[in-house]
Amino acid sequence: MLLQTALEAASQAAHPLSGTVAEWVWLLPVLPLAGFVINGLLSLNNAHFGPSDPNTAEHHPHPEVLDAAGTHGEEGGSGDDDHAVKRHRWAGVVSIVGPGVLIIAFGLAVAMWQAMAGAHPEAPFVQRYFSWMPVGSLQIDAAFQLDQLSMVMILVITGVGALIHVFSVGYMRDDPGYPRYFSYLNLFVFFMLVLVLGANYPVLFVGWEGVGLCSYLLIGFWFNDKANADAGKKAFIVNRIGDFGLLVAMFMLFANIGVLDFIGVNAKAVELGAGSALVTAICLFMFLGCTGKSAQIPLYIWLPDAMAGPTPVSALIHAATMVTAGVYLIARSAALFSLSPVASLTVAVVGAVTAIFAATIGLKQWDIKKVLAYSTISQLGYMFVGVGVGAYVSGMFHLVTHAFFKALLFLGSGSVIHAMHAAYHRTHSHEDAQDMRNMGGLKRFLPLTCGLMWIATLAISGIPPLSGFFSKDEILGTVFARAHGSTLATASWLGVPGGTLLYIIYGIGLAAAFLTAVYMTRMMLYTFHGPTRTGTEEENYLHEPSWTMTGPLVVLGILTVAGGWLNLPELVTDLIPLGPREVLGHFLDPVVGSATARITAGASHVPAATEEALILTAVVIAVSGILFAVWRLKPAKVPRKRDAVPETGLEGLVANKYYVDEEIDRFIVEPTYKVSRTFLWRIVDNGIIDGLFVNGSAALARAFGWIGSRLQTGNTGEYAWAIVVGVLILLGAFTLR
Amino acid sequence: MLAESLALTAALFIVGVIGVLIHRNAIIIFMCVELMLTAVNLTFVAFSRFYGTAGQVFVVFVMTVSAAEAAVGLAIIIAIFRHRQTINLKDINLLKG
Repeated sequence: MLLQTALEAASQAAHPLSGTVAEWVWLLPVLPLAGFVINGLLSLNNAHFGPSDPNTAEHHPHPEVLDAAGTHGEEGGSGDDDHAVKRHRWAGVVSIVGPGVLIIAFGLAVAMWQAMAGAHPEAPFVQRYFSWMPVGSLQIDAAFQLDQLSMVMILVITGVGALIHVFSVGYMRDDPGYPRYFSYLNLFVFFMLVLVLGANYPVLFVGWEGVGLCSYLLIGFWFNDKANADAGKKAFIVNRIGDFGLLVAMFMLFANIGVLDFIGVNAKAVELGAGSALVTAICLFMFLGCTGKSAQIPLYIWLPDAMAGPTPVSALIHAATMVTAGVYLIARSAALFSLSPVASLTVAVVGAVTAIFAATIGLKQWDIKKVLAYSTISQLGYMFVGVGVGAYVSGMFHLVTHAFFKALLFLGSGSVIHAMHAAYHRTHSHEDAQDMRNMGGLKRFLPLTCGLMWIATLAISGIPPLSGFFSKDEILGTVFARAHGSTLATASWLGVPGGTLLYIIYGIGLAAAFLTAVYMTRMMLYTFHGPTRTGTEEENYLHEPSWTMTGPLVVLGILTVAGGWLNLPELVTDLIPLGPREVLGHFLDPVVGSATARITAGASHVPAATEEALILTAVVIAVSGILFAVWRLKPAKVPRKRDAVPETGLEGLVANKYYVDEEIDRFIVEPTYKVSRTFLWRIVDNGIIDGLFVNGSAALARAFGWIGSRLQTGNTGEYAWAIVVGVLILLGAFTLR
Repeated sequence: MLAESLALTAALFIVGVIGVLIHRNAIIIFMCVELMLTAVNLTFVAFSRFYGTAGQVFVVFVMTVSAAEAAVGLAIIIAIFRHRQTINLKDINLLKG
């Protein structure tokens, strides 16, 4: 034992990161945890739990504070007294603590990144704190692991997280639950950091469940409205199905290789056997967890409903960070997935199908946040295509750039909703502040938001040289390259040759890229262009939000433009010397390099001419998507929401999200209810559990008691007879034996 | 000599047992119980004649305990009689289940 500790200490000492700022890795999650504790305690003082609180009701005499849209950021500037809202007593402190801990954490993360960039560690830097589950041969430590993959994630989480916290200061300014909001948001960041820093699957799982909890708390933040509370429950329950998969994968890993820490799993993964049914099963169960957390078919249904939460929450949790945890998990388990071409292809197929499926739904949504929600699902599908075909770097690259531009889009929509809501609030109107049919022409009132959101729209559509172009193109290019030569191309998936399948996935990816360009342009046209449908009186109140909200938008805009520099392809750097090529790829190489190499199996790159053709195709598709939307859509002809007629036919099918929720209700929820009511309740619970077990055991005891009481006649003579007969029997038994 | 003594005590004991079994009067049953105790005492004495004096020590103990038992038992019988005006065990079945 002592020797082992000494050896560990020796190996630690040898690590290039020991003695640097990386030793402080524990501080990263502790900072937001401290924020959670402080804000949580402050929220208990002068507590307002939701908008129906009597103190606030006098200031919010209108029912739209409870509208289903659930938007509450009002009054960006100084309002007249009628509309002045009493802020929470501790709002000032919370505004400093909430974003403050994130900004400090981001600074710490940057310092660690610098230390790591200087040291180039080949092995992960593991910090063990205490033994968490020492059970026989199962030794699970509470340990954090800092390597390049978690480094990328913590930079995104703390960086984008800090921006969104600052945005929230403006957006949630007058909400009565202000400290509660920030305590949840800080808690989320804490769990997210635990998720990406955990050095083994159980620690990761703690973060995995924790972010699910915070997601639930924040979706149902305005729980006075039943729809919001239901959306939170839906997210929680759907995620449990996925978590079961992740748990089973963990059990199978332990049962077969006996370790659960990432270093051990990476080292022993080959013992499972390349391509074996076992490793495929482990990967597929793990992927089930990813489909839940990252909203892929079939468990994507919770994410659109999750838009019931405040818009910054949608930006942080349901677009930029938490939902990408599945992508992170697969990149983290690259050693396992690269062993199973079947599981990898499954990931890619599910990702591709989700990408196109969600993109079509996004075409016909009117709620601005719903468009972005389906867009997020679609883009997550892209990331899964990336990690599915073994392009772990590309998947992570798209994760990072998507975090930038989707956070920008969501915060931009938050800025729009904020303006819309404030306007409707002033005019005492009950219109829907999130419906694009009530918007239009907002460019005049929100020029900055409009410009920044156009940048993000072009980025997500894949227009060079914005970040989305590079990351999306890299994924599509890799799919194409894998079809030419890789272990995936030679494998077969449900009888389909892998090579053919990859070409199909590539085609689906292109189609989804086209649809992405169309629906994003549609959203921009209907929101910012054409005539204003908001209402003439309301137009006086539409304005840009305060600097706490526009500031993060500008920073994210810059990141959206520059994010592509993270991983410039060789082709581009040869053409135009923009900077060093494949920075992210080289950075992540120690973590995922060997797994990627296992999948490429030494296949050569696609020729440069083909690669150029691929890039050109992608750009043409994106441009044609935007032009198609501009050509076909007439923002001037859109009716206001109250005048709108429901879509019919194919449009109705898409607008109603293919009736997936309704089908799930009919085929899963309703039958479950029926079985529960008739069989489980009346027969199992009332009949067997209550009847047979509870009342049955009572009746049995009473019956025996009745028999026993018959023996007690109370007649002394009979007792005497019983004694004598008993003695005689005993004597007889002893003597005649 | 021992055999005759034991036959006598056995006979006395059986008389006592039969008395307990067939009588209904609490006083008579009580006397029969005393008879059984006396039979046991006699057995002790008979054995002590052949195997040492320990039996006689037992007899003293048994007599002490039976004296105490007689005091308590008679007191109970008197209490019952005051309550129910009878000491016929047939009529006393409070412990009937």
